[in-house]
Amino acid sequence: MTVTPFQICGGRKHGARQRGIMKGIGWKLVVLAIAGSIAPALAWDGGDSRVRNCTWCHGTGGQGYTVAPRLAGQRSQYIESQIRSFREHTRDNPFSKQYMWGAVAALAPQDARDLAAYFASIPAKPADDGDRGLAARGRTIYLEGIPEANVASCYACHGPNAEGVRDIPRLGGLAYVYLKTRLEQWGQGYHSGVGTPMPIVARSLGPAEVEALASYLSFVR
Amino acid sequence: MFRSPVRRRILLRSTAGLGRALQALMLVLAFSVACHAEDGGVASRGSLEAKLEYCKTCHGLSGQGYRGYFPMPRLAGQQPQYLENQLRAFIERRRTNPIMANVAHVLSPSMVSALAAHFKSLDPKPIGGAPRGSLAVGKRIYEEGIPEANVPACSACHGTDGRGQNEIPRLAGQLYDYTVGQLGGWAKVRGQGSAVDTSAIMAPTAHNLSRSQVEAVAAYVGYLQ
Repeated sequence: MTVTPFQICGGRKHGARQRGIMKGIGWKLVVLAIAGSIAPALAWDGGDSRVRNCTWCHGTGGQGYTVAPRLAGQRSQYIESQIRSFREHTRDNPFSKQYMWGAVAALAPQDARDLAAYFASIPAKPADDGDRGLAARGRTIYLEGIPEANVASCYACHGPNAEGVRDIPRLGGLAYVYLKTRLEQWGQGYHSGVGTPMPIVARSLGPAEVEALASYLSFVR
Repeated sequence: MFRSPVRRRILLRSTAGLGRALQALMLVLAFSVACHAEDGGVASRGSLEAKLEYCKTCHGLSGQGYRGYFPMPRLAGQQPQYLENQLRAFIERRRTNPIMANVAHVLSPSMVSALAAHFKSLDPKPIGGAPRGSLAVGKRIYEEGIPEANVPACSACHGTDGRGQNEIPRLAGQLYDYTVGQLGGWAKVRGQGSAVDTSAIMAPTAHNLSRSQVEAVAAYVGYLQ
């Protein structure tokens, strides 16, 4: 394993807060590893083994767990498009490569559609784990962008309540670390779907804007 | 004048120092003037390119439009006068759109002209995606109007090819959802607070179109190249 969970956090340390988050992830991953080794004996999510295969990592009810994003309430078209991009190896950030490429390799298109519809139908709980002090700034950037710095408004594509639409993802209530990492990865040259404007959007964001946006979005329900 | 050679040397050395300092000062001044000219004058190349990239984030990499949460209209091939007028309308709140009001607010007049000229020069294929069921109805409304409902032919002002002229916008290749949305809520968004807004002319026209007629005509123009 060449990629540690800490690398996806951008490799930069922003003071005590970030170190706290990293410590939290490390600790949770240990628990996850232990849980993963005994988990086959337990059945968290009903009888469907396809659903269970997802929820081992994506959390009970698909509510997300550490670095594995919440799937509950996500747009079904987005989930499907991401499964496709894992299968075609177009979404290429370290964890996608390490876990998702293999996880979806044997998934039939109809199964992908069923799983996407299933997770989309589960009510989503917000992660609420950002920095409350940055949320107001994040909200302003989300709604208005920063026109003088050529930062586009997120609201125009992701909607007034960050709910997403069609294959544009719901962002509201996703975990702070996941949102922050994804925004950083666009700028680090990782890819996702084809034809998305996100690499350009993310290029215009500095570290402070990314933290503010990720904080705000983690509280949106 | 110089009583001792030593003093003279010191003085000479300090004048030489002063000369270098003056040279440096002039260089700094020259640079600051140059930078200043860039800020205030015609949109500089770098800032224009950054702004174009910003516009295209939402309006499509070739200005072909983009379907986000809201439909972002095609700007490619649009009439510059129309674009400039709309950007002003956002600022003056004649056209209600909080996002575009913020966007337009920071644009200098020279930047607006440069952006409008750039988008006029683009000619990507229409984004497509409109329903094809009523294209024939749409074509008839577009070219002949609906006389019994006092709807004039769209082509009378927007041109048979739908490319518009001056402040009259190009409709050819416009996003279906966008055209439907605009015609469906014309009076709520456009021509606010001013009777002189040129877009006021569309209010009665849009008002007399039924929903299905709006959809037919929007689909038709959406496929015009």
